[in-house]
Amino acid sequence: MPILPRMTSSTPMRPDRRGVLALMGAGTAAVLMPGGGAWALDANQARALIDRALGEVYRVINAGQPPAQMYREFETIFARYADVDVIARSALGPAARQAGPAALAAYTQAFQGYIGRKYGKRFREFIGSRIEVTGARPLKSFFAVTSVAYLNGRAPMEVEWHVSNKSGRDRFFNIIIEGVNMLASERAEISAMLTARRGDLAGLTADLQRAG
Amino acid sequence: MASLSLAAPLALILALAGCASQPVMQDSIRVNDPYEAQNRRVHAFNKAVDRHVISPVSTRLSGGGDTPSQGGAVNLVINAGSNLSLPGKVVNSLLQGRPEPAIRNFFRFAVNTTLGIGGLLDPAGTDFGLPEQDTDFGETLAVWGVPEGPYLELPVLGPATGRDAAGKVGDLLIDPLYHLLHPDGALAVFGLRVASKAGERARFGDTVDSVLQDSADSYAQLRLIYLMHRRHDLNEGGAEIDPYADTAADDVIDPYAP
Repeated sequence: MPILPRMTSSTPMRPDRRGVLALMGAGTAAVLMPGGGAWALDANQARALIDRALGEVYRVINAGQPPAQMYREFETIFARYADVDVIARSALGPAARQAGPAALAAYTQAFQGYIGRKYGKRFREFIGSRIEVTGARPLKSFFAVTSVAYLNGRAPMEVEWHVSNKSGRDRFFNIIIEGVNMLASERAEISAMLTARRGDLAGLTADLQRAG
Repeated sequence: MASLSLAAPLALILALAGCASQPVMQDSIRVNDPYEAQNRRVHAFNKAVDRHVISPVSTRLSGGGDTPSQGGAVNLVINAGSNLSLPGKVVNSLLQGRPEPAIRNFFRFAVNTTLGIGGLLDPAGTDFGLPEQDTDFGETLAVWGVPEGPYLELPVLGPATGRDAAGKVGDLLIDPLYHLLHPDGALAVFGLRVASKAGERARFGDTVDSVLQDSADSYAQLRLIYLMHRRHDLNEGGAEIDPYADTAADDVIDPYAP
């Protein structure tokens, strides 16, 4: 997976350290006043992350490449802006805790490709559309970035992105389109696929390499 | 009149909607599905209907087009059918005590019926900033405090809750067009609205196919998507998953479990 190491070196700031200091200094204050200093800064960072990710997605959509190449590019963008490890682990559910590190890594890699293909196919409907980021607010232990998608001939759709820096970098870990939650949807799908394989993670990984 | 013959099923479904049963947390959302076995049989039927009838027909209707801009005739039918749904939406908004969407839909109906040539075109949406304010009698029931009820998959009509199934019947009863028009006219309106729904199915065919035909458990996937989307529309809360809290809590994968 050559993408992630390259990204690490190009991340200019270390917002996690500042976030931790702010929390240690003013733990409850930050919770009680979500508009305060460190939080606002992170909200802006969360918003900027989604702005950048969307810019890259639309660059691919509008480039008009053959589907297979588009799906690979979407996978690359997903790996760069999303916390793939935590999404894959959360989608797998309790089975993730029993899995060995190598099996989990192979599953995560297959999951990443599956997401790139599955959602890449849906992005075809976004040709000629635009998505505007409209705001960001703290939510629980993370940030919710709100946006509106304007698609041809359809009422505008609310798209919400959940962004966290708990992985050490700013990454999104969930997308909610008109209330439909990607993480919940993938939990249901992955758990059904794992059941079809009678709980065999290697079998699920093999299926994921073809699915999407 | 038609209203009388529909009153009995409405009462039945309302009774069904009131059925108390124990919801469970599944894939981070609340699922109340006591009729799962029957629902799954209906789902298998709906899936077969979709694969053998609706999907081939709608692909032909849209000319097999890949982009939403293709299939102009389908768009006209969709526009006309959804225009005819507006009077019912106005009544629902008023029943919910929400005058603003009622007024917007009223003017949308007036503009599209006249300037939009009987609703074939959508100048209200494109030129007047009056997109459709979607609502239905299921939402009216929700505003009135009727509980969501069990999850149901209805033949051909697809996913619903007890409350939304009652709402579908209620929408037929309260629609002013059906009361004002001659029975033949009412039948034509009904036919056009069914055709409009089929046209929407054609427009979003790829997405529907991907959920129905490509999911490992399409029943569970459709149920999840329907409930999440419906609760979002009715402001009945979404599921905010915190996967970082999940891993930190070690034994707890579901942040909403007691």
